[in-house]
Amino acid sequence: MEKSLHIDADKCTGCLQCEMACSFENEGVFNPAKSRIKVFTFHREGSFVPYTCTQCVEAWCMQACPVDAIVVNLATGAKDVLEDRCVGCKVCTIACLFGTVNYNKDTGKVIKCDLCGGDPACAEACPTEAITFIDADSTGYKRMRKWAEQTGTVSSENT
Amino acid sequence: MAWSGNVLRVNLTQGTCISEPLNMEWARDYIGQRGLATRYFVEEVDPKVEPLAPENHLIFANGPLTGTMASTGGRYSVITKGPLTGAIACSNSGGFLGAELRSAGWDMVIFEGKSPRPVYLYIEDERAELRSAEHIWGKSVWETDEILHKKHQDPRLRIAACGRAAEVGCFYASIINDLHRAAGRSGVGAVMASKNLKALAVRGNKGVGNVKDPPRFLKETAKHKKVLAEHGVTGSALPTYGTQVLMNIVNEIGALPANNMRDVQFDGAHRISGEQMTKPRPGDGKPNLTRKAACFGCTIACGRISTVEKGHFTVENKPEYWGNSGGLEYEAAWALGADTGVDDLDAMTYANFICNEDGFDPISFGATVAAAMELFEKGAITTEHTGGMELNFGSAKALAWAAEQVATGEGFGADLGLGSKRLCEKYGDPDLSMTVKGQEFPAYDPRAIQGMGLTYATSNRGACHLRSYTVSQEVLGLGEKAEPHDLDGKPKLVRTVQDVTAAWDSTGLCLFTSFAWTLDNVAPQMDAACEGEWTSDRLLEAGERIWNLERDFNIKAGFTSADDTLPKRLLEEPAGTGPAKGLVSGVPKMMPEYYRERGWTVNGEVTDAIRTRLGLPA
Repeated sequence: MEKSLHIDADKCTGCLQCEMACSFENEGVFNPAKSRIKVFTFHREGSFVPYTCTQCVEAWCMQACPVDAIVVNLATGAKDVLEDRCVGCKVCTIACLFGTVNYNKDTGKVIKCDLCGGDPACAEACPTEAITFIDADSTGYKRMRKWAEQTGTVSSENT
Repeated sequence: MAWSGNVLRVNLTQGTCISEPLNMEWARDYIGQRGLATRYFVEEVDPKVEPLAPENHLIFANGPLTGTMASTGGRYSVITKGPLTGAIACSNSGGFLGAELRSAGWDMVIFEGKSPRPVYLYIEDERAELRSAEHIWGKSVWETDEILHKKHQDPRLRIAACGRAAEVGCFYASIINDLHRAAGRSGVGAVMASKNLKALAVRGNKGVGNVKDPPRFLKETAKHKKVLAEHGVTGSALPTYGTQVLMNIVNEIGALPANNMRDVQFDGAHRISGEQMTKPRPGDGKPNLTRKAACFGCTIACGRISTVEKGHFTVENKPEYWGNSGGLEYEAAWALGADTGVDDLDAMTYANFICNEDGFDPISFGATVAAAMELFEKGAITTEHTGGMELNFGSAKALAWAAEQVATGEGFGADLGLGSKRLCEKYGDPDLSMTVKGQEFPAYDPRAIQGMGLTYATSNRGACHLRSYTVSQEVLGLGEKAEPHDLDGKPKLVRTVQDVTAAWDSTGLCLFTSFAWTLDNVAPQMDAACEGEWTSDRLLEAGERIWNLERDFNIKAGFTSADDTLPKRLLEEPAGTGPAKGLVSGVPKMMPEYYRERGWTVNGEVTDAIRTRLGLPA
């Protein structure tokens, strides 16, 4: 089963445990500045929104890369950056509409979410289940279940 | 390691920023943050220093776990001599600033001297420089935050600033970071403004990469996060209602001071409670509380994000206050509400917004307004002083007006900015000031929770609940349970909790974890991260060392055992209602035993034997 990251922003508290877990997993440092997932705070609206790569099927970053440094990981479905091939040209950072591929000046390469090889540290660290790692073909499952429950309640009340 | 090993020394008089190595010998003895910064402070500053003079220092300090993945590991403290009290001040804040400073590679920033012109400190990793703040002097904290973010074109900049209240000399001005987290108490913001220092703007790209045993650290932090998640207080009550979960509980046991602490219960408590914050308002059908929010790394998320209803009198035609911002926590809700007799949740929320916007402590502010209301009732303060405002108990209008006045220091705001002690002295009735060592009480009546009376009377920074929160043992039944009305055993309890807390406040962790954790949960996380061997016993001893260091500073600053007491009202006027009816505070009875517990002289002084045992400076 292919799995994907699922984000429920309503549950996010803005604690940044995900950013620390991500940077530690990938860089060996607790460092939100180097995290591939970012939590955005919208003060006036009072909302926190985690955001990262959605692993597009027709990944524009991958298509734009002139040296084929971004490849599909067949095991996870993630679009991985091959560090030894990446030349740091940053074309992929322009190609990605969502801004989720970024340049890392310390290494001269780009970084993006690779689902930690199939066991994302962010989802593991999230204390509120705002970030989960679930069946990619049923990301709506929980919402369907919630509505099903409500529908069931209404129909039993009506009988 | 886990300490960065770097101290940034900023001489504001000379305009220099110099990096120096952290004194690791002191770090081993005083941990970090509160303890370590106090050690630096007592080494460098004359205890008799005038708090607002250039010779006072102002230290921003992280703990070794600040910026790590340990739950709540985002705390920093501001250490200085407080203008409100004249005692050592140590104000602890969460948010994201401390972790950012750590990520930039700094354990501590020490400010000394006074800048000839307004400046702010800009830090990007090892680069640190003072820049002109002429364009932000006179601006609120919120405006400063916006202007600096725009100027630097960096949305990820973390900012701490003092507001207009500090600039106009409010004695309880705070330092606000990340818009609504505060190093709140004792007037640390006033010290900042006295140095012509408006703000710190910090960007860190380095992170924390030097924990001693990374796999073990990840394992330990995950394990103890689980303890927090499964505990009734940290896993359920605090995330759901915030600290405001206490309002109804404390009122029920008759320990909710009201109307300048004349009463121990408040009729309107349920209308200003955490539960009420979640209920739809009649006007717009929305609850006051929008959501919970966490500080850096915190898996509890007690923070409140709230709105004031658009049609509410406080924000009518003021769209700038229609959005979400930092909502009420318990101590603020008590001071702005019960203590002033106000039961209008949205008016209190508005006053809380103003406290954050212009940087002043809602506890001291609310308690000072309460004292002013009693002086008004007695006729010592009149509408002539206030420019026409009727300062009546229960008046939400007066509360909102008072907040606006203190924010700018205009009109009667200058008097309210004095704090309760100076205000009551000025208007001829010092006994009406509900303070210890010049600092206003928080939200637990010492007549009904006897350990808290001793906590206030002996706190090294003036009346404060966070120096030994025995509410946990006396009311919530956590840990070593104790009867709230008993005096027996309280000196020992207070002493122990004080030492535990002093250690906790030096690690970078939030004290709120102590609802679920003991030092046995902290020690393995410290030990996995930090050089050396860290046990609960070592932390406890460090706590005792820190407590005695602070006490010694205060004695040298001129405090005596005569200052270890409570206002007459709490010693002589019995509680009028509730389970504690008829009781007064037993602080005078407990004090000799407390001194004995500490091993101090009968006058409450630190002895040479203690100095030698703990390795304290002479």
